[in-house]
Amino acid sequence: MNREGRGATTPHIFRGTSAGPVTFTGNRGLDLEEGLIFEIGRTEVTGVDIPEPAPFKDRLGGHARTAPLELPGLSEPEAMRHYVRLSRMNYGIDSGLFPLGSCTMKHNPRLNEKMARLPGFADIHPLQPLSTVKGALELMAELSRYLLELTGMKAVALTPKAGAHGELCGMMAIKAAHAARGEAQRNVVLVPESAHGTNPATAALIGYEVRSIPARADGTVDPEAVKAALGPEVAALMLTNPNTCGLFERDVVAIAEAVHGAGAYFYSDGANFNAILGKVRIADLGVDAMHINLHKTFSTPHGGGGPGAGPVVLSEALAPFAPVPALIATADGLVLVEDQGADGAEQALGRMSAFHGQMGMFVRALSWMLSHGADGMRQASEDAVLSANYVRACLMDVMSAPFAERPAMHEALFDDTWLADTGISTLDVAKALIDEGYHPMTVYFPLVVHGAMLIEPTESESKASLDLFLGALRDLAMAAKTGDKERFLGAPHYAPRRRLDETRAARAPVLRWVRPEPLPNAAE
Amino acid sequence: MRYLPLTTDDRAEMLARIGVPSVDDLFADIPAAQRAHELPRLPLHKSEMEVERALSRLAAKNVPAGSVPFFVGAGAYRHHVPASVDHLIQRSEFLTSYTPYQPEIAQGTLQYLFEFQTQVAELTGMEVANASMYDGSTAAAEAVLMAHRVTKRRKALLAGNLHPHYRATIETVSRYAADEVVALAPVPKGGEDIIAAIDAGCSCVVVQSPDVFGNIVDLKPIAEAAHKAGALLIAVFTEAVSLGLIEPPGAQGADIVAGEGQSIGNALNFGGPYVGLFATRQKFVRQMPGRLAGETVDAEGRRGFVLTLSTREQHIRREKATSNICTNSGLCALAFTIHMSLLGKTGLTRLARANHAAACDLADRLAAVPGVSVLNDTFFNEFTLRVPGKASDVVEKLAAKGILGGVPYSRLAPKSGLDDLILVAATETTTEDDRAAYAAALKEVL
Repeated sequence: MNREGRGATTPHIFRGTSAGPVTFTGNRGLDLEEGLIFEIGRTEVTGVDIPEPAPFKDRLGGHARTAPLELPGLSEPEAMRHYVRLSRMNYGIDSGLFPLGSCTMKHNPRLNEKMARLPGFADIHPLQPLSTVKGALELMAELSRYLLELTGMKAVALTPKAGAHGELCGMMAIKAAHAARGEAQRNVVLVPESAHGTNPATAALIGYEVRSIPARADGTVDPEAVKAALGPEVAALMLTNPNTCGLFERDVVAIAEAVHGAGAYFYSDGANFNAILGKVRIADLGVDAMHINLHKTFSTPHGGGGPGAGPVVLSEALAPFAPVPALIATADGLVLVEDQGADGAEQALGRMSAFHGQMGMFVRALSWMLSHGADGMRQASEDAVLSANYVRACLMDVMSAPFAERPAMHEALFDDTWLADTGISTLDVAKALIDEGYHPMTVYFPLVVHGAMLIEPTESESKASLDLFLGALRDLAMAAKTGDKERFLGAPHYAPRRRLDETRAARAPVLRWVRPEPLPNAAE
Repeated sequence: MRYLPLTTDDRAEMLARIGVPSVDDLFADIPAAQRAHELPRLPLHKSEMEVERALSRLAAKNVPAGSVPFFVGAGAYRHHVPASVDHLIQRSEFLTSYTPYQPEIAQGTLQYLFEFQTQVAELTGMEVANASMYDGSTAAAEAVLMAHRVTKRRKALLAGNLHPHYRATIETVSRYAADEVVALAPVPKGGEDIIAAIDAGCSCVVVQSPDVFGNIVDLKPIAEAAHKAGALLIAVFTEAVSLGLIEPPGAQGADIVAGEGQSIGNALNFGGPYVGLFATRQKFVRQMPGRLAGETVDAEGRRGFVLTLSTREQHIRREKATSNICTNSGLCALAFTIHMSLLGKTGLTRLARANHAAACDLADRLAAVPGVSVLNDTFFNEFTLRVPGKASDVVEKLAAKGILGGVPYSRLAPKSGLDDLILVAATETTTEDDRAAYAAALKEVL
């Protein structure tokens, strides 16, 4: 079999050996099973020593808890072991290459964690007097300066708590701007069919009707299609750029002009900002609002699904509508305007959440930016784009890459044409990749190609690491084409769990632990 | 650059394999007229030592809560977090993993989310909880949207003693969604008449307990009145520790519970990241926002966990989703669940009692200061002081004496006209010396 591209160090030793003896514990050496805390803890145990207060008269007014409180406790050694064992059932960036397209799983520098934990950042309260948090406000101002310089935009709203929350903020600013212009009748938002699901969900959340724009044959949006869809009822276009096919929307300037010409605003989904850091300022493309996922581009960790942070940069037209709190530089220093309608926030769209945003993420993101600097940020984008194009170039002969006539940006898109007649699906490939020691790529997204596989290597991989990964994928491609179905259909074989029954989980949802009924003879 | 593994030779080899002469060719689709040729006007890269120095300098300009007698609450509370919690959440496999879309290699995340959901349901006295929201305020706003879906009505009634930031968050999203909000006026002493304002147009009544002034609210009659009008009761809390000692909303008839989970396991962080807790009744689960971990089995019949009911979510349903939320607060939920596992019922109850005891002691000391009164008949670990003169001035003067004495209510609601109220919190971290120092300083500044 052709093993071209396969790394010399590919381990292959587990394949084909017997599963070994059945063990008493269910453990397999370092592959450890772990029960639920409700099965291993007890309500009378606690791992925290808290002195019992001296007797006192309570002020609960008769509202003391009478409801049961079945919360098991663990001593500290038990807790350490429980969570360490659970952690070992997870795959993270530190475990290996994490090519999850659209998610920008890049290295998370530990310096950023250390900085976020400085007591001057972690142990300050959002409502302590502003005179005691001047450094925090300075940090927010500095982060803002970096984001504005990188985007060329007029203003930034720091408070949104994740990408989708940032989208909501940006779209509310657009709605507010239309209302201020007396054009509240605009009730349609154009969304290309390749968009992230959050785009239409956000638009619909605040009452917009979503109109879909088809992609043209090369995977990008046709300015003519946008023009045809524009009208006096259209409030905005939401466009991800680079788009979810990993392509830069090369007609973006014409699209923006058409949108503005029709009196609408241009919202850009910044999920893929990592591809263009220092390469183009989005203000120069005609963007009115864009959220920036600090947990993607600026590497504040994903943490198994958050917390994120989604600051929104705004054009001059939308800047007055930024939500409170607003950070304003005055002759007397930085002022935090917390109340809607107050000086400096007269036209503020409102408040996105309590307090002032994801400070812990701001510190990490600024730490990342200071570390990289102007040169390092641009280099990071170039390396991310270079790596994605390299991945595509090395796999094009064995997998099918739609839209490959254009350069890829930060991610490489494949469809499942190459799997035709193999009886193997995109999902099977993803699961087989787990057996090779990788987190799978994004699958079945974007929806514009069949059986999509979206690979985003980021700038964090060495060439040796990329080559080993490419070797694994080429080997899988060869196996698929030569009929080695078992390697796919049964996969994963080497994960803490084999394939999980998602249908069963959804049919009769079990969303919490419930104490099992005692066996009939257990009481005797 | 220490974070970028590719060498100059690697880059050249890769470009050759791609078949383009320079990396700029890969950016050819960016219109030439807009392409940046200069570097951004920002400093060049810095060593770890330099970055640490720069950020430490900023951090040093702030006054950390732990360095002074500290009594600030109003939605975020300083508690002791065991060292093991922060150690465990920094395990690479938790910290650097993604949303568990590939369950076979994400059982760690999925199992702790299942445990978290169970703990939140148990704590709130509800049947089911989701895998977290951004924070308490956005959880409350999502709860209102959910109540609209469940009841097919579009008017929310907000108690006057709801945290003003929560109120503003709900009002903001409601305004843009063209939903109606009726917010009552605050009643700092408690005992506001919410029931009288409930009518048949309301989808929900949003009530916080303990409320923003610290009063414990009897939710039961409000739930009954809401249900009689066909509305849901949304119970909000900002101090999760309180539920270790006071009757949970689930036992008082709440339909949705939206709360802030920061005070278990999470630092103050100047307001974020925090973790929104969201719980409801089983019958409403398909209208719930956010992610849910559910139990199932794998191909060998072993128990395992997956994200489930995702047909509610944006990545499947797009504009028909129950919410646009995607990323939530996974790692903060992990901190919550680890701390809660360490506490258990015994520890949580004791922690709650220690908080209540500290607050009772502080209230007695401050009430003894001439000119000062404590408004509350009931409270948990936070109460409201009425002071002579402007509360904001008093708080500033206390800060000048090195005491962070609480939050002027006027900071949260400048237009309320309630300028002489300070919200004061005490937790297990406040010592007797701290409380004595506060009383002495307050006497001096008045």
